[in-house]
Amino acid sequence: MSDKHSSYSPKTGIERWFDARLPLPRLVHDSFIVYPVPRNLNYVYTFGGILTVMLVSQILTGIVLAMHYAPDTGLAFDSVEKIMRDVNSGWLLRSLHANGASFFFIAAYVHICRGLYYGSYKAPRELLWLLGCTNLLLMMAIAFMGYVLPWGQMSFWGATVITNFFTAIPLAGGWFQRLLLGGFAVSNPTLNRFFALHYLLPFVLAGVVTLHVWALHVVGQNNPAGIDVKSKTDVVDFTPYATVKDAFGIIVFLFFFAYFVFYLPNYLGHPDNNTIANPLKTPAHIVPEWYFLPFYAILRAITFNVGPIDSKLGGVLAMFGSIAVLFAVPWLDRSKVRSAVYRPRYRVFFWLFVANGLFLGWLGSRPAEGTYIVLSQLATLYYFAFFLIALPVLGFIEKPRRLPNSITEAVLEKNRGAGAKRRSPGRTPKVERR
Amino acid sequence: MAELSEIETGTAALPAEAMARVEVDVSSLMPGMSLVVQWRGKPVVVRNRTEKEIEDGKAVSLAELKDPIARNANLPADAPAIDANRAVPGKEAWIVMVQVCTHSGCIPVGQQGEFKGWLCPCHGSQYDTAGRIRKGPAPENMAVPVVQFIADTRIRIG
Repeated sequence: MSDKHSSYSPKTGIERWFDARLPLPRLVHDSFIVYPVPRNLNYVYTFGGILTVMLVSQILTGIVLAMHYAPDTGLAFDSVEKIMRDVNSGWLLRSLHANGASFFFIAAYVHICRGLYYGSYKAPRELLWLLGCTNLLLMMAIAFMGYVLPWGQMSFWGATVITNFFTAIPLAGGWFQRLLLGGFAVSNPTLNRFFALHYLLPFVLAGVVTLHVWALHVVGQNNPAGIDVKSKTDVVDFTPYATVKDAFGIIVFLFFFAYFVFYLPNYLGHPDNNTIANPLKTPAHIVPEWYFLPFYAILRAITFNVGPIDSKLGGVLAMFGSIAVLFAVPWLDRSKVRSAVYRPRYRVFFWLFVANGLFLGWLGSRPAEGTYIVLSQLATLYYFAFFLIALPVLGFIEKPRRLPNSITEAVLEKNRGAGAKRRSPGRTPKVERR
Repeated sequence: MAELSEIETGTAALPAEAMARVEVDVSSLMPGMSLVVQWRGKPVVVRNRTEKEIEDGKAVSLAELKDPIARNANLPADAPAIDANRAVPGKEAWIVMVQVCTHSGCIPVGQQGEFKGWLCPCHGSQYDTAGRIRKGPAPENMAVPVVQFIADTRIRIG
């Protein structure tokens, strides 16, 4: 993988002229055409490309929406209605943008779980992982502020509830909350600054994504076998192999996305947000957008005081901790084997973690009462135990399966296994024509 | 310049919100009736309590309270949360408080829940007839702002 020699050779005069001054064509050639990728990448590895497409789509639709949107508490709600009714294709832009946020998160969560499953955070990819975690944090901030902009009831009360949690932080919490809000309550200055930041942060995200991709291209891609590239037979060229595979993955993903955009545009939203924000009336049931539900469940699970930390601060700490713990994953996992394919016990804990995450999401959508609270506490316990206990301890007690000597061997082993299964006894194997 | 000062200080432009005072005519409030006014962008409930509500409020001992502090801007910071310390000074029937849940800032619904006080729809915090937190995740009693009767049927908040 560390073949740093560039195979680019400019063919025309213009290319030579550019190459001597700003070797951009060389960068593209080396990074996206002859860049070697492991030959065993499967379709979950296309989600990086899918995320890039979603980011670009969100920025493009967002810029046009911003041309029609008015960030003023007296105008915001009506300007969004205007976009839906009067602006040419405004309904489409908004549907793409609002559902785009959801699908961005779907892709991000798959991408993160892929990293957890195949151990993509382990040396030398720690920094790559940290940049990815930063991207997740940025996405969350952007999505939260974007949801406030339509100035519906859920916008207003979501913003109120979330910003109020900062008051739980001792000393500086109240000051920070007023800084976020620009006043004592969610009001016009809040909307102004959320709009400004919602427009700014996606470009910061694009910058961190660039670093993420850069770091990826320095250390090379991990792969389902989780072993390093050792020879030329382990890799294929990025183009056409990865390009075509990514393109196909993107098209399938966009198929689902388009289904929501055109046929279920409001399915992931809340009816309450079609009512204009009313600072004097809280909706009966406040829930965040679906992609925040697991973290919301963790927040509400802490209903008890722990020493000097009261339940309110404890909830906030647990919620932020649930993201912060992701940053520590490269150092929490003590196993020498990367991929869960060769880690039979870790695989069980991983899938439990995924199921637990979905369960937390469901709990987050339930009212905070009775058994839901107890279940949230148990699920929160597992969430943290997975990172803080399972990851470090498994590294010592788990006996991994034998690793193949190379990616090539892993692929051939798998193909041989699959071929044997296909040729079931009782059937005459067809003669292979090659 | 107001915009600039907001960014610099991180808080609201002073004249607009911080200094705001509200005067309310409460002549229409019979016992058992409430009204809500907006003060500093937040709802403040003014309630003329019924006899039963006052009795219920008085019957509670400090030991039963999750937050034993009055949280009343008209009293010293450590005043105990007895019923009289939650009402408008000298007017035990009248409760004036910022109707914002101390947990996450939602607006509790009045005359609901186990204690017939206020019930927060967001996370189920329950307040009694004196606006004191009794059950649920909220840490504090709802805040009583600076308030006084400036005439028989007129209240000034702030």
